[in-house]
Amino acid sequence: MATLLRDRPAAATRPDRGSLGARRVSRRTWLLLAAAVLWLLGFLLLRGTGTLALPASELTDLHRSLNRFNGWIAENRDGNPVFMYILTPLRSAVGLVAGFFMALFAASPTGEVIPVLGWLGTVAVLTWIAFAVGNVRVALLTAVVFTFFGIQGLFVDAAYTFALVLTAVLLTLIVGIPLGVLAGTSNRVQKVLTPVLDFMQTMPTFVYLAPLALIFLIGPASAVIATVIYAAPPVIRLSSHGIRSIPENTKEASDSLGTTGWQRLHTVQLPMARRTIVMGINQSTMAALSMVTIAALIAAPGLGQVVVVALQSLDVGTAVNAGLAIVLMAIVLDRVTTAASQRAEPSARRARRLSGRARYIVLAGTLLLTLGIVQVSRTVLWAAVFPARLNVGAAISDGVTAASGWLQTNLYFLTHSFRESVTVGILNPFQSLLTETPFYLLVVVIAIAAYAIGGWKLAAVTTFCLAVIVSLGLWSDAMVTLASTLLATVIVMLLGVVFGVAMGRSRRIDAAMRPMLDAGQTMPAFVYLVPFLGLFGATRITAIVAAIIYAAPVAIKITADGIAAISPTVVEAAVSSGSTPWQVISKVQLPMARKTLALAANQGLMYVLAMVVIGALVGAGGLGYDVVAGFVQSSVFGKGLAAGLAIVFLGILLDRITQAAASTPGRKPGARRT
Amino acid sequence: MSRTAGLLKRSFPAAAATVGALMLLTGCGAAAVNQAAPGAVAKTDCGTVNVALNAWVGYTADAAVYNYVATNKLGCTVVEKNLNEQISWQGFASGQVDVIIENWGHDDLAKQYITDQKVAVDAGPTGNVGHIGWYVPPWMAAKYPDITDGKNLNKYADLFKTSESGGKGQVLDGDPAFVTNDEALVKNLDLNYRVVFSGSEAALIQSFRTAEANKTPLLGYFYDPQWFLSEVPLVKVELPAWTPGCDADPEKVACDYPQYKLNKIISKKLADSGSPAAKLATAFTWTNEDQNSVAKDIQGGMKPDAAAKKWVDAHGSVVDGWLK
Repeated sequence: MATLLRDRPAAATRPDRGSLGARRVSRRTWLLLAAAVLWLLGFLLLRGTGTLALPASELTDLHRSLNRFNGWIAENRDGNPVFMYILTPLRSAVGLVAGFFMALFAASPTGEVIPVLGWLGTVAVLTWIAFAVGNVRVALLTAVVFTFFGIQGLFVDAAYTFALVLTAVLLTLIVGIPLGVLAGTSNRVQKVLTPVLDFMQTMPTFVYLAPLALIFLIGPASAVIATVIYAAPPVIRLSSHGIRSIPENTKEASDSLGTTGWQRLHTVQLPMARRTIVMGINQSTMAALSMVTIAALIAAPGLGQVVVVALQSLDVGTAVNAGLAIVLMAIVLDRVTTAASQRAEPSARRARRLSGRARYIVLAGTLLLTLGIVQVSRTVLWAAVFPARLNVGAAISDGVTAASGWLQTNLYFLTHSFRESVTVGILNPFQSLLTETPFYLLVVVIAIAAYAIGGWKLAAVTTFCLAVIVSLGLWSDAMVTLASTLLATVIVMLLGVVFGVAMGRSRRIDAAMRPMLDAGQTMPAFVYLVPFLGLFGATRITAIVAAIIYAAPVAIKITADGIAAISPTVVEAAVSSGSTPWQVISKVQLPMARKTLALAANQGLMYVLAMVVIGALVGAGGLGYDVVAGFVQSSVFGKGLAAGLAIVFLGILLDRITQAAASTPGRKPGARRT
Repeated sequence: MSRTAGLLKRSFPAAAATVGALMLLTGCGAAAVNQAAPGAVAKTDCGTVNVALNAWVGYTADAAVYNYVATNKLGCTVVEKNLNEQISWQGFASGQVDVIIENWGHDDLAKQYITDQKVAVDAGPTGNVGHIGWYVPPWMAAKYPDITDGKNLNKYADLFKTSESGGKGQVLDGDPAFVTNDEALVKNLDLNYRVVFSGSEAALIQSFRTAEANKTPLLGYFYDPQWFLSEVPLVKVELPAWTPGCDADPEKVACDYPQYKLNKIISKKLADSGSPAAKLATAFTWTNEDQNSVAKDIQGGMKPDAAAKKWVDAHGSVVDGWLK
């Protein structure tokens, strides 16, 4: 991500680019070929030596010393000024906000599981808010979905989840948008922020969940803070990306009018970047929802609890019922935020049917109605607690359980042979190529490739990352993870291009695909792990499939957005000059969306990496397994932490290489200066 | 007009009005339904007890009965917290967990929190005995009767080959929270096997379920008591018997797992408070059959509370013994 968006010193390559460019490409090809030959020769001649394999139950001295981290926190909780003056007040503040929302929507602190507003009141208030910031359609959607939670028998759980997500997203936006804008306007901030964001996004949650629970105690505050750590990067990155994508001439035009920096930001940059910023808010909201589920492991209340408990007894039906609620909530949040942003657009303002005055009257009237409903909801029992008679949750679970059982018995032999052929044909050879080549050789090979792709700087960065992984003592595990990750990312990008182009070219396909993408992105992986285990067994393939389901939607959405953003006149020009649709796609749309494709590949990769740990729950092994083990067993916490760091450095390495590969060949001489 | 600013400007008065109205309502809402007292049980000196809920069903059964008795016979307020094992132990240090009602070993955590930090105490055995070992699905034990003798495992190694085990037989391990010596066992017993880590209990159970349904071979780490054994009665493979001290050096283990006497851990705070909840936690013991009957009811779809009530009503004398 970073290299792409960061301003690059383009001056050096600018003169006589034509001839130099041709020579550079051919030298690059030679270097890459040499690296490949070296790798193959090394694999054939030195196979099995210098693999640095470390059995799952063994630790290095570094892991043992990291083990002391937890004990150190426990000993320093009381008395240390950092805890007394920063962390503890932070926890109280976050806990207060979360507690307020939870009491309001889910359960008042009196011990009775009744929200302060009552269920009907909660639905009414949320519907009114959706109407006030959005429109009638999203308000209706809100009312229907939140009532449906009650019918699923999950109203209180859903309300808990909503309260936590609301708290986390509010915090995320307060911190994230200003940071993103800063990073968009200042190169220095961008430079400092990028590795931090990489770190936040790739460090597996399981690594910091246990220490967070130690620092901020078990419960909602820790859950919210963990969620913010995970959910903030997308909105920061995309805000910055949005501001940096504004065409140079637009900014020059505003500069020539003598605008100050602040005016330019306010009148040109923010409005023009709005589309991308909103996409960031959406991504962050989705990330927050998925994280709140995982935070159930440190006793965050809500739908995540239902899913996690159901997973323990392999109760697919109950898990899907709760997963469905999470998906529906994601759709509501997504549609309401989108509607709110559209309402804010100047063009929408003019086209509005109601004048400002009339709208205020309608809003005030409906507010009074809402307050009336809240009052009813606080005094009448049926409106306070959702009636248990209206419950179809059990029917949904039973149906799903039956369906998943049927799938598992009838598709097993199909999926089994598919799994065997992919594993034996692609994954196993690729993995042994990575794990059985001596590590020093592989480091050299990757460094040469990196030099060919991005020059000395990239070669230095990759070598550094690999050296860190080696010194963490987890080389072999890292290579196992790398093999699965690369395979999953390739498939994610294929899906991303195919569906992204289809969606970018047709509004109808876009509308049909979006709910499915939202579902894939927000359905907690815990929900579909069990049926997949039935289909593919406890293997790396199950983990890869789970990663694809989670990561493909992001790649598809970003690609679609990039294709749709291409000026229609360009496409029309190509069509009118007699290009076939295939030519339009391959010669015009894909090349023009190259920057967005690179972003899609990058985010796809990051999301696949985010699933490495979940994958380890179903047999992926590698670094993910070390992290899971470190989360549940304090004696290997240090190894888990080391594995988390290894994942981060693996992520940074892959990130920088893909970025460089995507941006070097056709690099435009006019790289932007801000 | 910037979007954020616009959004703020438009929604601020609305939000302010809502919050204001809510304050007003909460202020004068004396008649609200959620302020009604729970009634039923009169509060006693027991106070609040935080019980960690580890997720396996056997644990849930123990916790359900403990919580039912504490709530209904002692008038305690029980707060249940769904946590994994290690986080539960952390809770002793931060004062957020009072009771772990079924503990499997965890010598390292016991050392950290009982011996070193002195925030927890051992509240004695639950009466349940845990068996860890290697198991095969029942169809295999029927078809290959001699497979249950560990000495014959190498003969069958080819049967257990999978895409994950690199040409050797596969031993499937589950939740990393459980201590395993499996890698050492494979090495020291000269088995032509490789340990594959499925990574979770769910993956392990689902694998055994599929293996039994499709009659595919599987050898894996498992344990008893576990609700799944009542669905598919896995058969244990006998490894060289455990003798005291044979597993002292984790690198050189060449014997089966010991029996685990499951125990209860309570916080030092609760133990010192003299609360009846602490006494109940210490006195609580029952048998594997008791636990399985409650666990089976819960697995069958009964609410834990209802399953606990059923067992308590049928075993009045046992419960009275705990409360003496």
